[in-house]
Amino acid sequence: MKRALLVFILLIAGLHAAFAIDPLPFTDRAEEVRFQNLTRQLRCLVCQNQDLADSEADLAKDLRRQVFQMMQAGKTDDEIKQYLVSRYNIFVLYDPPLQAGTWLLWFGPFAFLALGAFIVVRILRKRQDQWGQTRLINANETANHNSGSIESDPIDPEEDW
Amino acid sequence: MSRLLPFIGFVLVVALLIFGLRWNRTHDMNWVPSPLIDKPAPEFTLPLLYDSTKTVSRQDLLGQPYLLNVFGSWCVTCQDEHPVLMAHAKKFGVRLIGMDWKDDPDTAKRWLAQFGNPYDTILVDADGKAGIDFGVYGAPETFLVDAQGVVRYKHIGNLTPENIERELKPAIAQLGKVQP
Repeated sequence: MKRALLVFILLIAGLHAAFAIDPLPFTDRAEEVRFQNLTRQLRCLVCQNQDLADSEADLAKDLRRQVFQMMQAGKTDDEIKQYLVSRYNIFVLYDPPLQAGTWLLWFGPFAFLALGAFIVVRILRKRQDQWGQTRLINANETANHNSGSIESDPIDPEEDW
Repeated sequence: MSRLLPFIGFVLVVALLIFGLRWNRTHDMNWVPSPLIDKPAPEFTLPLLYDSTKTVSRQDLLGQPYLLNVFGSWCVTCQDEHPVLMAHAKKFGVRLIGMDWKDDPDTAKRWLAQFGNPYDTILVDADGKAGIDFGVYGAPETFLVDAQGVVRYKHIGNLTPENIERELKPAIAQLGKVQP
């Protein structure tokens, strides 16, 4: 069982490393690694859930060649990204920059987390108050009637929710 | 009131779900807004389909607005769009320039001979470089460029009588108002 799991994990890991192979004449291994890293950060617009690195779309091939040529021309990664963004929108970047149009994307999850926390705190506070009041009333009743038996369980936080 | 809270939450989640489903139906998920809108059209110099010794550049087309329709004989959706262009090309009131994108010129000529040629001028972008400069990612795409060479409107996907009426015609009409 453990071995099967290991094989499965290795297979999954292998899948991630898969990318389309173009016969691009890289000068050295470092350049190839840089190319693969860069194209993995860029979205293929034809098949939008794939990155540029492993897309087989015709346009993706053209864009890979373009990226390669720009690398050969000595352009930095940022310049290449800017080139694509100015033509295809920031949508091409898998890691969108923080700017006016992406606020919701960046802070939306935190806003929901804060909203959730606020609701939870409110519910807990309310419950605590009711719990305290029920206890007080019960304590008074016990004292007044001087009876030891309690009919209903006074400490039931589920009761009024 | 607090007993109703889970129910209200449930209703809100269902509302969100219905909104999402409707949004998906009415919006093209592949649509990416073009960063070129209201910016100068990119530079290009491309050979003519019917006379490859001559080229046409961005400068040559200045002075009057034009529609740039990116197509290819290999493109299935372009075939759907083609009869619509044939029917509307003369009614747009602006020149219709075709850009034969990532295509073999001879195949394109045969394709046009078979289905008709709605274009005033056809440029050939065989290696797709000009297409990349225009941010083309799925033919057919149509750009409305004004007399000053500024991109005013872009449509991704095939033009239909409906979206011509709803979007393209108003965009062309707007053009007349902006320019004296």
